[in-house]
Amino acid sequence: MTPTNTDPEVVVSPRQKKAARLAEAASGGLKIILLKIVLLGIVDAIAVYALFVLVLKDEWLVAAIVAVVTLVVNWIYFSHRAIPAKYLTPGLIFLLIFQVFVIAYTGYIGFTNYGTGHNSDKDQAVQALMSSARERVPDSVTYRVTVVESLEGLGLLVTDPDGEVSVGTATSPLTEVDNAEIDSNVAVSVPGYTSLSFQDVLQRQGEVFDLEVPVSDDPNDGVLRTGDGSSANIYLSSLIYDEQADTMTDAETGVVYSDSGTGAFTSESGEELLPGWRITVGFDNFARAFGEESIRGPLINVTIWTIMFALLSVASTFLLGMFLAIVFNDKRMKGRKFYRIIMILPYAFPAFLSALVWAGMLNERFGFVNEVLFGGADIPWLTDPVLAKISILVVNLWLGFPYMFLVATGALQSISDDVVEAATVDGAKPWQVFRLIKLPLVLVTMAPILISSFAFNFNNFNLIYMLTGGGPRDTSAGINVGATDILISMVYKVAFTGQFRDYGLASAFTIIIFILVAVIAVVSFRKTKMLEDLN
Amino acid sequence: MTVKSRSILAAGAIATTAVLGLVGCSGGSGADDSGDTTKLTVWVDAERVDALKGVAASYKEKTGITVDLVSKANADIKDDFTQQAPTGKGPDIVMGAHDWLGELVSNGIVAPIELADKQDEFLEVAYEAATYEGQQYLLPYGVENIALLRNADLVPNPVATYDQMIAAGTFVVESDGQGLANPYHLYPFQTSFGAPVFGSDDEGYDTSDLQIGSDGGYAFADWLATQGKNGTGVIDTELTGDIAKEQFTSGAAAFWLTGPWNVGAAMEAGINVAVDVIPTPGPEAAQPFAGVKGFLLNEQSKNKVAANDFLVNYLGTVEVQNALFDSGNVLPALTESAEYASSDPIVAGFRAVGAEAVPMPASPAMGAVWEFWGQAEGAILNGDDPTTTWEKLVADIQAALDK
Repeated sequence: MTPTNTDPEVVVSPRQKKAARLAEAASGGLKIILLKIVLLGIVDAIAVYALFVLVLKDEWLVAAIVAVVTLVVNWIYFSHRAIPAKYLTPGLIFLLIFQVFVIAYTGYIGFTNYGTGHNSDKDQAVQALMSSARERVPDSVTYRVTVVESLEGLGLLVTDPDGEVSVGTATSPLTEVDNAEIDSNVAVSVPGYTSLSFQDVLQRQGEVFDLEVPVSDDPNDGVLRTGDGSSANIYLSSLIYDEQADTMTDAETGVVYSDSGTGAFTSESGEELLPGWRITVGFDNFARAFGEESIRGPLINVTIWTIMFALLSVASTFLLGMFLAIVFNDKRMKGRKFYRIIMILPYAFPAFLSALVWAGMLNERFGFVNEVLFGGADIPWLTDPVLAKISILVVNLWLGFPYMFLVATGALQSISDDVVEAATVDGAKPWQVFRLIKLPLVLVTMAPILISSFAFNFNNFNLIYMLTGGGPRDTSAGINVGATDILISMVYKVAFTGQFRDYGLASAFTIIIFILVAVIAVVSFRKTKMLEDLN
Repeated sequence: MTVKSRSILAAGAIATTAVLGLVGCSGGSGADDSGDTTKLTVWVDAERVDALKGVAASYKEKTGITVDLVSKANADIKDDFTQQAPTGKGPDIVMGAHDWLGELVSNGIVAPIELADKQDEFLEVAYEAATYEGQQYLLPYGVENIALLRNADLVPNPVATYDQMIAAGTFVVESDGQGLANPYHLYPFQTSFGAPVFGSDDEGYDTSDLQIGSDGGYAFADWLATQGKNGTGVIDTELTGDIAKEQFTSGAAAFWLTGPWNVGAAMEAGINVAVDVIPTPGPEAAQPFAGVKGFLLNEQSKNKVAANDFLVNYLGTVEVQNALFDSGNVLPALTESAEYASSDPIVAGFRAVGAEAVPMPASPAMGAVWEFWGQAEGAILNGDDPTTTWEKLVADIQAALDK
């Protein structure tokens, strides 16, 4: 017998609760328990394996997160209390990984200078600068070398093209030797040093690659370095890195570049050495988006056009879809099913394929529209700023009305005929019936769909990208943006086209889009609650 | 009590299942290299993997170094490398094109390689392209440039000048559509007026010396206006690559200014293709842009010695360059292999044009430059005033470079 809490007369003691739980657990059946064990076992196995991999790769933060999440999951499914959590956990985990993390990370990037030239951390930037500053002394010859080792550390046994042999290490400059063993014109060993085989060299690649043997006591003569362990060249560095002062000095001009917090070594005159590194820049990206004249203008234009495009697209597709739904809902019409199937076809093709086909048809001089329909006229459908906008709206109407038609048809069919009949009996005209009865009832069903359609069109990247590519380009803008670009395609261009990627600025734009769409959606959903009061 | 013991039992069962699952997992994945063998990871354009498989096997035989070839889609390779290299988990070597260098060097993710005295073994244009700001970053394996394809059934003999070509048959060259010309394809005509985009010195292009605004540039702009909407209409901004291909492969056009990547399509369509030098409208030689493909070394690689050895002492050898040519029919960058490849008349034709070719500039500012350039040329073709449009182009490019 299990006591129930629904009966107010029964006061349940903790002991009874426990007894009830026991009974419940016992009634669960062995199969369920086994299934639970197997599933949890698989989850834990994957987690442990992931931990192994992560720890081996020194990814401690991620490893800690995985460990904590696994423990929490195990606790949830073993505990007898967390009933709601058992249902919510899987969804929550995926929500955190695929939604919250992505949004948070984008937000974080929006506050950094991440982009071309600021791609990694400072140590790597210093390393890359030093490595590209190392210049081979012009017209210097290539020496055949053998990597050797003595008590001083690694060194190079060098044979110059004339057959002269010398040896040196990082601390002692090259000195000539004459007792080296020569094999096919290359000195391979010398007393006092152990020669390294190619395999030994590979074992100590980092050391060998970084080995610099001074040519003489004068540092201006340069150093010998080997890239492959068998040939070496004389190098001089055009940059001098002072680790203490954290400055780079140009060896030729003497200009000092220091880290002034801009994410790159900067000279007094503001010249930057690239590569720089990633730093957080606070609200700089947002300040640029709203402050720089050459970005603000286009950003405002693009925002206005994005909202117009989304609104007009929703309105036009809704009106056409609704109109057709009413027409094809009339029982007096023959062949309604056939027409309906035809209507749905544009919706059945992949949207970006259709957009590509339209782009071809609207081509100014070779497209079907100009060649056939307009008798060979040169109408710049996609290259004139205004016409391109109209083309986008027309193509989107073609792509979008079947969906609205489908939904409106469903909504209309759910209105019972009695209501319409009653109105007709009361002497309402067809237009009144539609305006006062059908439309409000249909809107109750359609309002959320209109909002989601607005949000979809707000970010309708495929159509814009495939049809016009955002063009025609606005040449006066400071960023790559065109007359038909919507916010999302502008973000794409800023982040992923051309050679100057600016992920920071693009992420800042993304945050602006997120805020816009969120505000519009929240306000609209509030408004639609009013419609529901009609029912 | 029973609850407790059941939990313990369950926990035990879970641990057992977990261990079993682990055994299952670890069986499937390759063990990490334990340190006694060196492994080089090379990202390769998917079309070239097969050609390099033999190369990798023979290199392992020679040195004991395993070369792990990872096939990557051509479109993703640069972005993936840019994102992964700083984490230290990127490949040791990546296949790429020389015009990426500006961006990759600005990001500090490619390391210089030393061709040293081997540089003379490569075609001059390949070696120049491998050099960025005085440093070599690329081990080149292939050179691509455009040339004039001629339908030999329609026009049996090569033409000498641009005007003769227009008279002999229909000529097509691809544009970007939507009012944009394609400056890459129009560059040979531009250089024939003596207006390269930048001046050059011994370190390659000098981006501070903008040559596009020279008198030759304006002469080219004037000539371009005569070829557009208000002139002969030969060069059309709406004639995209697909349309150009269709015109040539259907036999409607007799001449097509394009690269080796389109020869296959023309031959499959049964066209009798001949490759000619580019006839020039201007007084000087036509210099098309060359795109050089090659291999780059990751700055964050832990195996730089092995990678350098593989790049310089192995990928730069005749056998390897020949094998790569056989797989993709791109003119090899190594002079000796280029000779070997020139037995094919098509390759020989492109090479003859390529003798005049200049490397595409690799400066990171080029993205913006291309864009303004295509826009200005498109506007001129579609009837804008050549002089003022070209003036604006020069100013725009200067601004993009100064940014």
